Amino acid sequence: MNRQKRRTGRRHPLATVALLALGLVFTGGAYAAFSTGTAQAEADSTSQQTIEEGKKLFQANCATCHGLSAEGTDDGPSLVGVGAAAVDFQVGTGRMPMQMQGPQAQQKPVQFTDEQVKQLAYYVASLGPGPDIPADHLTNGGGDAANGAELFRINCAMCHNVAGAGGALTEGKFAPALTDVSGVHIYEAMVTGPQNMPVFNDMNITPEDKRDIITYLKYVQDNRSPGGFELGSIGPVAEGLFIWIFGLGAIVAITVWITAKSN
Amino acid sequence: MSTATTNAPQKRSFTAAASVYVNERTSLAGFVKELGRKAFPDHWSFLLGEVALFSFVVVLISGTFLTFFFQASMVEVHYDGSYVPLKGVEMSVAMASTLDISFDIRGGLFVRQMHHWAALLFVAAIGLHMLRIFFTGAFRKPREFNWLIGFVLFVLAMAEGFTGYSLPDDLLSGNGLAIINGMVKGLPLIGTWTSFLLFGGEFPGTAIVGRLYTLHILLLPALVVALIAIHLVFVVVHKHTQYAGPGKTQQNAVGPPILPIYAAKAGGFFFIIFGVLALIASLFTINPIWNYGPYDPSPVSAGTQPDWYIGFADGALRLIPPGWEFVWLDRTWSFNILVPLIAIGIFLVLVAAYPFIEAWIKGDKREHHIADRPRNAPTRTAIGAAGVTFYAGLWAAASSDILATHFSLTMEGVIHALQFVVIVGPFIAYFVTKRVCLALQKKDREIVLHGYESGRIVKLPGGEFIEVHQPLDEYDRWRLVSFESYAPLMIRPNARGRITPAQHVRAALSRWFFEDRIAPVSRGELEASHHDEHH
Amino acid sequence: MAQDDTSGADLVAADSSHAAPAASPGTAVIAADAFENPGFPPHRPRVTDENPERQKRAQRTVYTLFYLSILGSIWSIAAYMLFPIESNDVGMVRLNNMFFGLGAALALLAIGFGVVHWGKAVMTDVELVDERHPIGGSPETQAAAVQVFQDSDRESGFTRRTAIRNSLIGALLVFPIPALVLFRGFAPQDQLPVPLLSHTMWKKGTRLALDPSGVPIRAADVTIGSAFHVIPEGLQDLEHGKLEEKAKAAVLLMRLNPDELNEREDRKDWSYDGIVAYSKICTHVGCPVALYEQHTHHLLCPCHQSQFDVANHCEVIFGPAARALPQLPIAIDDEGYLVAQSDFTEPVGPSFWERH
Repeated sequence: MNRQKRRTGRRHPLATVALLALGLVFTGGAYAAFSTGTAQAEADSTSQQTIEEGKKLFQANCATCHGLSAEGTDDGPSLVGVGAAAVDFQVGTGRMPMQMQGPQAQQKPVQFTDEQVKQLAYYVASLGPGPDIPADHLTNGGGDAANGAELFRINCAMCHNVAGAGGALTEGKFAPALTDVSGVHIYEAMVTGPQNMPVFNDMNITPEDKRDIITYLKYVQDNRSPGGFELGSIGPVAEGLFIWIFGLGAIVAITVWITAKSN
Repeated sequence: MSTATTNAPQKRSFTAAASVYVNERTSLAGFVKELGRKAFPDHWSFLLGEVALFSFVVVLISGTFLTFFFQASMVEVHYDGSYVPLKGVEMSVAMASTLDISFDIRGGLFVRQMHHWAALLFVAAIGLHMLRIFFTGAFRKPREFNWLIGFVLFVLAMAEGFTGYSLPDDLLSGNGLAIINGMVKGLPLIGTWTSFLLFGGEFPGTAIVGRLYTLHILLLPALVVALIAIHLVFVVVHKHTQYAGPGKTQQNAVGPPILPIYAAKAGGFFFIIFGVLALIASLFTINPIWNYGPYDPSPVSAGTQPDWYIGFADGALRLIPPGWEFVWLDRTWSFNILVPLIAIGIFLVLVAAYPFIEAWIKGDKREHHIADRPRNAPTRTAIGAAGVTFYAGLWAAASSDILATHFSLTMEGVIHALQFVVIVGPFIAYFVTKRVCLALQKKDREIVLHGYESGRIVKLPGGEFIEVHQPLDEYDRWRLVSFESYAPLMIRPNARGRITPAQHVRAALSRWFFEDRIAPVSRGELEASHHDEHH
Repeated sequence: MAQDDTSGADLVAADSSHAAPAASPGTAVIAADAFENPGFPPHRPRVTDENPERQKRAQRTVYTLFYLSILGSIWSIAAYMLFPIESNDVGMVRLNNMFFGLGAALALLAIGFGVVHWGKAVMTDVELVDERHPIGGSPETQAAAVQVFQDSDRESGFTRRTAIRNSLIGALLVFPIPALVLFRGFAPQDQLPVPLLSHTMWKKGTRLALDPSGVPIRAADVTIGSAFHVIPEGLQDLEHGKLEEKAKAAVLLMRLNPDELNEREDRKDWSYDGIVAYSKICTHVGCPVALYEQHTHHLLCPCHQSQFDVANHCEVIFGPAARALPQLPIAIDDEGYLVAQSDFTEPVGPSFWERH
């Protein structure tokens, strides 16, 4: 039950709002300026400088596992062609650099400033073509929540749970909760398929459909359950534990009071 | 008290007039005379059955409200209610009307949540009530039939719960029905046709919600109400059991009178249960079908689980290792489904039959109205602990994925651990519990013989330190010595000089039950012990 | 060691049960020098019995609770009006639910605690002792009941006239069978389950389409690491039986690196350049097996944790499922769209008795 409380705590509305605000201000907002420029933007001098900075950061922080020019080693895959979106997701959510080898890379506090994440992303993007960081209008939640919800149920809910509360995978891996993930990172995860997540390319789920999925997740993030506390949104297990421990627990305490001699 | 006596004459005359008026038209006076001042033994654990009863009343009240709005139809419509992320989505009328109850009828969500929470509490309270009955031996003669009725009620309550869970036709319950469909199909001989007839053709079909609705609001509630009535009549006929205590015997029942104290407590308790459920329903979401969306055979949610009381069956399915299915005689034998069903079936039959088994082993034909302390029936208590462990292992298995993510384990590891718990756990629980019971009985004997340890250390003239023991008064002592122990059965040839196989089985079971017998302290033993201490 | 049916006869202890004089205690050991019941301890008065001040306070608490309950009910009615549900606003539903419910909870809990407190602290603290009587009633009553049955047996000849009795029992056993026949009508009369379970909507040339849009899929669109949730083209246009067809025909389409794909000799041409299509319906009890891990190539069923290895023709590697997921043979048509080569070559979904 501790666990459960912690989970409910995690969904505190202020936390969601704060994280959303953070996500929007730092990532979406900042990237909007950058990602409006496309291939041509990379050619100009600021971008060239960005790439140089990124290369230095890469060689200092990532090269041990991914190789000096990101060609990959036994400890880490090649990053040629993964695109800026993959780097922005992996580094921007704190999954990279990895702390230790495990079933899957864990989310940690982000190690770099937003500017550094960008520099790394554009350095890796310069090595080969790959998915770019998505434009703002695709990730700000302005789409059709109903369409997004249906697509989410078909393509995502089996791993991430219908309410985005996360779920278990094989051998200790898990699909993380989506309750405090920014729209940009959700989009990037779909196009790049981080860890064991499948890739959802634009022919499978169109950019507009992806926007709708993000819209639905934002709806769930912004609107707390009409029924009251969500108990972690993990379904009947939490409900059953609740009724046994708190419901029946409280009632047994009351039965003791009822039958105790009055004092 | 003084105010009561001054007002009494006037009050009495009204009360008297009213009761005479009613009695002359109903002949209820005999009933009131017989029952009104019956003593009802008082203990917190005697209220657990009331928790079940009262939550069932709440289920009935809230459920009646829901029937006025719910439409048990699987006709497809496009949702046009208030919940934005489902607008325009194709769904059955059942799902759409449940969403309307939740979002477009004021207070509808409150009643819906109260109905579901009360249903969970209903089954949970039955479970706890049954455990109380089992561990205190309150199922012994003359209450064996009432145990059976209670057991059937437990099964009916689970059926009520499952049919209700399936009605909204949402994704979670739809996948639950898909699982039921798969399990039914796995039954030998009848499975395929049973599923075909149940769903009115191919799964999912358009019939199942309507059929479950008839069961849920007509057939099953009628059975539950009827059996509850018989259950309660038997409680009145048998009078309630009581715990051992000074003055309490097998021939009496001691407690406050039904009118007014017991009625006040029970009546008040009903409102408390109702209130607790209202509090939970107003603050905690249950079964958020708007998250699950309508049933569609393609999607599924991580963490797809049944409500808690079906969990043990779902868990049993999860624990089977790969490959338990064979084609033999040109037919498919799905042991990955049959083995869990048979295991659960045997478990339930043993639960239902236990009172008769224990009575046969003991051969005790007397009535028992004093509830046992669990430690004084060590083998029964140990069997109960083994059963609880078995059930809990299956139950936990139904949340194997949630356990894995929340405790950072691998789901394979969780499943393997729970396979161990279900198979070996009951034996460990049995031995540990039995040893603990025997140790507690020995401690009781020590206390009776030598008194409580007072914690006061005294130095004797010889320099020796001893702890002063506080002797028990006769009332406290009575609680510790007023039980009977049973000895293993000695086989004797019957009239024809034979020993039947049944006798052999009975003797073996009796040995298993009673060989570790600890008898209560007798007067002689206490005197002897005092005698020793004086020297 | 005790033996049955003897030990209790002459050793009835003071407190043993009395169901009937002859009731056997079985293997119970009844000690001759057991303690005797000391009788009731002296009555212990409550605080409210001894202290009039406390008695008054308890009474005040009780009626205060009842007034509080009235307040709760009034609040509930007020909340019903103060927090109406406005169309499309889930937040208002939350407030309505919470405040209406809290008022109701207060009204109910206050009555409950008030009445119980009244019973515990204010009502006269009476404890009664009832005598129990044998449940079977007096021996005379029992004998009379037995007599009734014996008389009616003799008068009817139920045990004597065996031909009548046995034929009646036979008739009673047979008469419900017509009712069983009625159950056939629970499913369409002109259908049989086994043929239905053995075929799906897929047939030669049916295009693989996206779920739920129904847009057909080109092989080129399926990049490595992708997972597409697939339905047969035309499913969404069905007038009837859409869900029933979908429940059998749902497919998961994945593209692996062809080097990592280990295919059976006879199924080499069932895939297209590393693209494989498998039934999404679990062979255990029929949940959608949709959790695809693109690096390990494992498919996981979220209901009972069966795992299938896509790289090895979806054989079971963990969990209760016994059979591999059925594979849909696919190819591409002239326009580059993925099509089925045929229906599934075996029934999809959970096992059933007639399956072989």
